[in-house]
Amino acid sequence: MAEEVLVFGAWGSPFSRRVEMALKLKGIEYKYIEEDLTNKSPSLLKYNPVHKKIPVLVHNGKPVAESLVILEYIDETWKDHPILPKDPYERANARFWAKFIDEKCLSAIFKACWGACWGEEKEHEKAEIEHEKAVKEVSELLQFLENELKEKRYFGGETVGLLDIAANTIGYWLGVFEEASGVELLTREKFSKLCNWANEFVCVTAIKENLPPRDKLIAYFRNRFGAGNASK
Amino acid sequence: MAEETKVRLHGMWASPFVRLVKLTLEIKDIQSEYVEEDLENRSLVLLNYNPIHKKVPVLVVNGKPLVESLIILEYIDETWRNGPRFLPEDPYKKAQLRFWCSFVHKQVFETMMSVLTSDGEEQEKAAKEFFERLSTLEEEIKNIFPEGIQVIDQKNVGLLDLVVVTTLSHYKAQEEYLGLKLIDPEMTPLLFSWLTALLELPLVKEALPHHEKVVGFLKYLRQETLKSTSA
Repeated sequence: MAEEVLVFGAWGSPFSRRVEMALKLKGIEYKYIEEDLTNKSPSLLKYNPVHKKIPVLVHNGKPVAESLVILEYIDETWKDHPILPKDPYERANARFWAKFIDEKCLSAIFKACWGACWGEEKEHEKAEIEHEKAVKEVSELLQFLENELKEKRYFGGETVGLLDIAANTIGYWLGVFEEASGVELLTREKFSKLCNWANEFVCVTAIKENLPPRDKLIAYFRNRFGAGNASK
Repeated sequence: MAEETKVRLHGMWASPFVRLVKLTLEIKDIQSEYVEEDLENRSLVLLNYNPIHKKVPVLVVNGKPLVESLIILEYIDETWRNGPRFLPEDPYKKAQLRFWCSFVHKQVFETMMSVLTSDGEEQEKAAKEFFERLSTLEEEIKNIFPEGIQVIDQKNVGLLDLVVVTTLSHYKAQEEYLGLKLIDPEMTPLLFSWLTALLELPLVKEALPHHEKVVGFLKYLRQETLKSTSA
């Protein structure tokens, strides 16, 4: 039976890139559709009427939305190169950390990188305090991940797993945000394990081939959110 | 499981997420201990098991902690394979289920909480958003129950049934106290019928706290949030 796999995504989105990474890891052929998020296609709106967001995976006409839900769907449908462990407790653990990254880390990182740029000159002191608080929060969150990694090569153990893919925001996009905003968050002295992991992560073929060009991404975020402290 | 498994749930009676896990343990007939946490004064045990979110529910299985109700549910379903299964085998059906459970827990629950803890214009705005979410859910119910709401038996209750009933089970008491309709049989007739049928399940009915207790907690919640938002 001819399989049809479509991925609706956006070139700079870590969420749609996750889906492509997982498909690539498993050797699944798919057709990619780039969405202009300022002008969403009728197809996207049809396939994800509830959230109207990317990514959406459409498998033989049936849509699946939400990147972490899609990753699990991919793992359950194409059994080669499993990305989740077999043990139920380990699976729960991976799911927990993936959710942690999406729900807690990302917004904290954004706040630390760009939160302090808003506000007027006279509120500079207040903005500084808020900024320091935000940076501290990110540091605490990254410490949890650093501890979770322990001595493993990847979060998934010897091979890249669901949590590594979900952590693409930390492994690649975080570096981009740092450079675009001039805020340092993932320092080698505090997070040597995470830094090592990030270096290994971006070298994995299935991952490397699905990373958007760094310069283009930096320019995009600088343009969208401002250069922050980078120009100081 | 062959050997004896020690299962303990740390919870708080008013939390729909705790109720969800509790119901699941009962339906699967899993022996467990329950520890009621005072959220004003969290136990050291809880903080040790959930240092990141410091929240309930926490399920401790043979000393190993699990947090986040939907993650706990999947763990329970994968580990205790006897009895009713909450998640289907088919990956597509599973994906749909995960999507909608998350929708109820996030989009529906969060907007509901905004309604419960606000007043005046803010409450009106929150209510509008809440009703929009319920409408979305109502549309989906047509797909889930294309022939209308079937008779729901404790033996064939599914994960979304449990998520919906635990999230919305206190609505009557909340409606009475706030003086506004939350689940309107005219606006969302399918949701209303579904919820009514679910609330009749013996397991659910028995576990429903008294009206006064729900109202008391709502009063407390409103006091806490309304006093902290008025500068």
